[in-house]
Amino acid sequence: MNEFALLLAATIASGTTVALAGLGLLLNEKAGVLNLGAEGMMLLAAVAGFAAALATGSDLMAFGAGALVGGLAAAVFGVLVIWLNTNQYATGLALSLFGAGLSAFIGQAYTGKKLQDQVIHEVPILSDLPFVGDAFFKQHPMAYVTVAMVVLCAWFLYRTRAGLVLRSVGESPESAHALGYPVRWIRLAAVVAGGALCGVAGAFLSVVYAPMWVEGLVAGRGWIALALTTFATWRPGRVLLGAYLFGGVTMLQFTLQGMGVQIASQLLAMLPYVATIVVLALISRNPLWIRINMPASLGRPFHPGA
Amino acid sequence: MLRLELENISKQYPAVKANDRVSLRVQPGEIHAVLGENGAGKSTLMKIIYGAVRPDEVTPRFNAQTLQAASPAAARALGISMVYQHFSLFDTLTAAENVWLGLDRSQSLAEVSRRIGEVASVYGLDVDPQRPVHTLSVGERQRVEIVRALLTNPQLLILDEPTSVLTPQAVDRLFVTLRQLAAGGCSILYISHKLDEIRALCHHCTVLRGGRVTGEVDPTQETNASLSRLMIGAEPPPLQHRPAAPGEVALEVRGLTLASDTPFGTALDDISLQLRRGEIVGIAGVSGNGQQELMAALSGEDVRADADAVRLFGAPVGRAGPRARREQGLHFVPEERLGRGAVPTMSLAHNTLLTRGEALGRAGWLRTGAMRAQAAALIERFKVKAGGPQAPARSLSGGNLQKFIVGREIDARPRVLVVSQPTWGVDVGAASQIRAELLALRDAGCAVLVVSEELEELFELSDRLHVIARGRLSPSVPVAQATVEQIGLWMSGLWDAGPAATETAAAAP
Amino acid sequence: MLRLEPRAQPSMAMSLASPLIALALTAVIAALLFVALGKDPVRGLSMFFFEPLNGLRPVTEVLLKATPLVLCALGLAVCYRSNVWNIGAEGQLLLGAIAGGGMALWLAESGFIGPRGAYAPLVLAAGVLGGMLWAGLTALLRDRFNASEILVSLMLVYVAQQLLNYLVFGPWKDPRGFNFPQTPTFDASTWLLPIARGMRLHWGAVVALVAIVVFWIFLFRSWRGYQLQVGGLAPAAARYAGFSSRQALWTALLISGGMAGLAGAMEAAGPLRQLTPHVSTGYGFTAIIVAFVGRLHPLGILLAGILLSMLLIGGELAQSRIGLPNALTGVFQGLLLFLLLACDTLIAHRVRWQGWRALSGRTVQ
Repeated sequence: MNEFALLLAATIASGTTVALAGLGLLLNEKAGVLNLGAEGMMLLAAVAGFAAALATGSDLMAFGAGALVGGLAAAVFGVLVIWLNTNQYATGLALSLFGAGLSAFIGQAYTGKKLQDQVIHEVPILSDLPFVGDAFFKQHPMAYVTVAMVVLCAWFLYRTRAGLVLRSVGESPESAHALGYPVRWIRLAAVVAGGALCGVAGAFLSVVYAPMWVEGLVAGRGWIALALTTFATWRPGRVLLGAYLFGGVTMLQFTLQGMGVQIASQLLAMLPYVATIVVLALISRNPLWIRINMPASLGRPFHPGA
Repeated sequence: MLRLELENISKQYPAVKANDRVSLRVQPGEIHAVLGENGAGKSTLMKIIYGAVRPDEVTPRFNAQTLQAASPAAARALGISMVYQHFSLFDTLTAAENVWLGLDRSQSLAEVSRRIGEVASVYGLDVDPQRPVHTLSVGERQRVEIVRALLTNPQLLILDEPTSVLTPQAVDRLFVTLRQLAAGGCSILYISHKLDEIRALCHHCTVLRGGRVTGEVDPTQETNASLSRLMIGAEPPPLQHRPAAPGEVALEVRGLTLASDTPFGTALDDISLQLRRGEIVGIAGVSGNGQQELMAALSGEDVRADADAVRLFGAPVGRAGPRARREQGLHFVPEERLGRGAVPTMSLAHNTLLTRGEALGRAGWLRTGAMRAQAAALIERFKVKAGGPQAPARSLSGGNLQKFIVGREIDARPRVLVVSQPTWGVDVGAASQIRAELLALRDAGCAVLVVSEELEELFELSDRLHVIARGRLSPSVPVAQATVEQIGLWMSGLWDAGPAATETAAAAP
Repeated sequence: MLRLEPRAQPSMAMSLASPLIALALTAVIAALLFVALGKDPVRGLSMFFFEPLNGLRPVTEVLLKATPLVLCALGLAVCYRSNVWNIGAEGQLLLGAIAGGGMALWLAESGFIGPRGAYAPLVLAAGVLGGMLWAGLTALLRDRFNASEILVSLMLVYVAQQLLNYLVFGPWKDPRGFNFPQTPTFDASTWLLPIARGMRLHWGAVVALVAIVVFWIFLFRSWRGYQLQVGGLAPAAARYAGFSSRQALWTALLISGGMAGLAGAMEAAGPLRQLTPHVSTGYGFTAIIVAFVGRLHPLGILLAGILLSMLLIGGELAQSRIGLPNALTGVFQGLLLFLLLACDTLIAHRVRWQGWRALSGRTVQ
């Protein structure tokens, strides 16, 4: 039983990175911008976060550095895509490739370095509860912040006027522009906020979850976060759910190995990616459903003068 | 004090002078028409008034003060409101949310919903605030737009081609609303190219042509002919309408029923029609009633129908794609030019290959010389103003591209030609040329089906007329016996009901 | 202030100049980076732009590395022109290597030994099939389930990498290889032979050159190529014309998968002559950059392939001769693509200097 509780705890820890990144991408996409550069942003932020943690010993500084770097990278992407109207797919890809290269370059100085040992985080009283305590209340504070962010995001999108404006920009930027809203600035704000969240996700990965830096650390989580937004039909709560599901599948490979299942480790390592493909296939199957839930202008450029 | 005063307003763009010393005067409570064909400069002028575009030197004066609207939001705050021809609505949001987005922040959503109800009852504009916009008909969506404009307590309301999406009865109701507004002191700028409506509704009319004002008249004292002369400089040549001599049945649709394949589309319900060689059959209807879906089923872009539901000279083609149907002699001109009738960035030569395979060599080799020659021949025969066969499709004006596309299909010597919105967004000269070509095609024995939202055009061209409403098709009526009122009724779907239907129609959306 | 003004017509001149401007800017930033790292910028730049072409042997090395890049990029160009966003070329390349390597190992084990290089065509054919299979998976999921080809093809890259690892650490490991993760060396009959003695450049380069001509014909003179491009430029027009988008999807993905698989098999049977976990150094991703810098045009791809090959080799030279980290190559590649995309705006827009008036608030629109 205790093992199951530990599995849940590991699932939550593993899913937090993808949840944060997925939330950031959700904001992007609600405004109508598809950012394929998530992987690159997370890699850059992971290095930045690790460097900050190494220098200051503070998790908070690491998350701040990650958010800063993620937001900056997203801003460059945003200016190119929103003002210069470059192709969203190609520019996002460029960001991912550039981020991979730059993070490998800068990260050379940090490969093999070790951070200070992590403090054990326990929520007072609640963590002493049987099973539930082990499963849910011994997480790094960022796990709880992530859940809070999901709630905050849902409230923002569906209960505030600003959220309505954001959704309308994603729905039809031409109409929003005709009504006088600064569509391009709104989109940029969404992109930068999304980038910052992806940045925190990357920093969490290198500073808390792994914790280390090695080239290619993110291992496709940025892409999985992108798949997540489709899987979640662009709703914050479902992003969290999907992230934990993914975290669970990732943990599954270790559990199976621990149970002595005779499958090669490399084949087990395929599990998260295969699971993502399966999930994508199941969700995308109904094109009508996707059409209704997807922000209608996703991926299409916006020309104010047209 | 004048509500709005424009004196020598000009606007120069890189390629064209959109407005050239335009002057305009609107009194409080006046309904003022701005008449002109496509490209005359009407929309630029409205954008200047509405704050979306800055004029070159002089600025307009509003209520005797210089108009400093830096943006549409600023214009709204000053009391200028605009209802666009193409709605600025968000499909997945409710009517109330849509209206709320169009107002400034000071009111809450609940308050706005309440005020919508108030305005609706005062002006007779029925709008349910909680319905998502994608469930509304086009006429209802326009009402949401108008309510949104009215909630800003405008002193000047600008309407851009408001009646293109309305049945004749709905147009009458709109006019009642507008007269009520004007009586309350609101000035109205009414942009249109429909001469009958302007003469029926407006107190004053400014006519634009080529960016300049060609006349400032009282439309109630003018005739259609005189207004037309001001608008295009001459009367269009009358069409030679010879009597039809219909031959064998070319296209037959029987019991066509098709669910919509998009979330916001219209389902087709038991549609039947017959099209004979040597005649033009028109289908009237307000947009959004199934025309797009019917066109796709006829052109072959939608192949989900029963094979028998569509028959071409007796052969079942319901499941056949566009290429197979073209081989049997059915050609189609779609309503969207750029992006569907032609690929915008490709040359005219490459665009001929979309529907004409003559320039293809063996094993699918592209004979570029033959493609160029074919395009050049089309340009010459249909008097298309273009930079040559290598010019990209998007470099042509709307009218010229339409001439090219219609020409490409006519030149294929089809046995059946289906045309959707043949002269939408096309200047008057090109429009009459296209209509003359369609008549000539019909005289040569082709069967022609025209779907259009312009009733006058259908009355001019067709021998028989159907109406499509909510996915159903009315029986046909010879044009000589049809009246605008009857067609208007049918547009509300009431073709097989009796006199009681007339009252229902007057009250229906 | 600078302002962007849309042009009436896209500029052909800019279309050709844009990659060159992007390259120049990349070189400038590279030079600055060298200085920041305490190295001589001229020496640094020469490692990338001069040394790789300095002599016959270096040129053959450039062409050797350019071969898989060009092959992959040609297939990707067809995909991107059809608006099919295949970014899993790396995975398809790996599957091609696996299939080709598998064929080579099977031939040797089954006793099919022949003269040097005789069975290379079989190995390459297997590679093409392997790549097509992997791309076909992506096509199937998009065709049947409407799943995004971007995400599926990417996920399959990670799966392919794990598959290769599994095979070289497991069932295909050389029993006499001292437990290193590698397959036995392929028998000489399956080798892809060098063009001349003393160089590593193999006949695959000739195949690549032929492919450039074939693809030009396909894209610009064939009916099928026309249909694909209409589908990519204006899907509604393609539907109106009666072109099958499903056929377009499968054609594009199978072609690009086959090309990537071919490239992978060539790497395995050419310079490497065995399978290891490092069959590809990210060629599939670099090929994406080659495709864009080459303007999705076969001739451009030839030039871009050579350019990026020079960057790759330059990175290795810079590391061994002046101590610059090899990871810089990845930075420059990504930077080049970014700058290219930014410079491409100049094709559709003109930059105008509006003077200092703009700062005083009296703008004229």
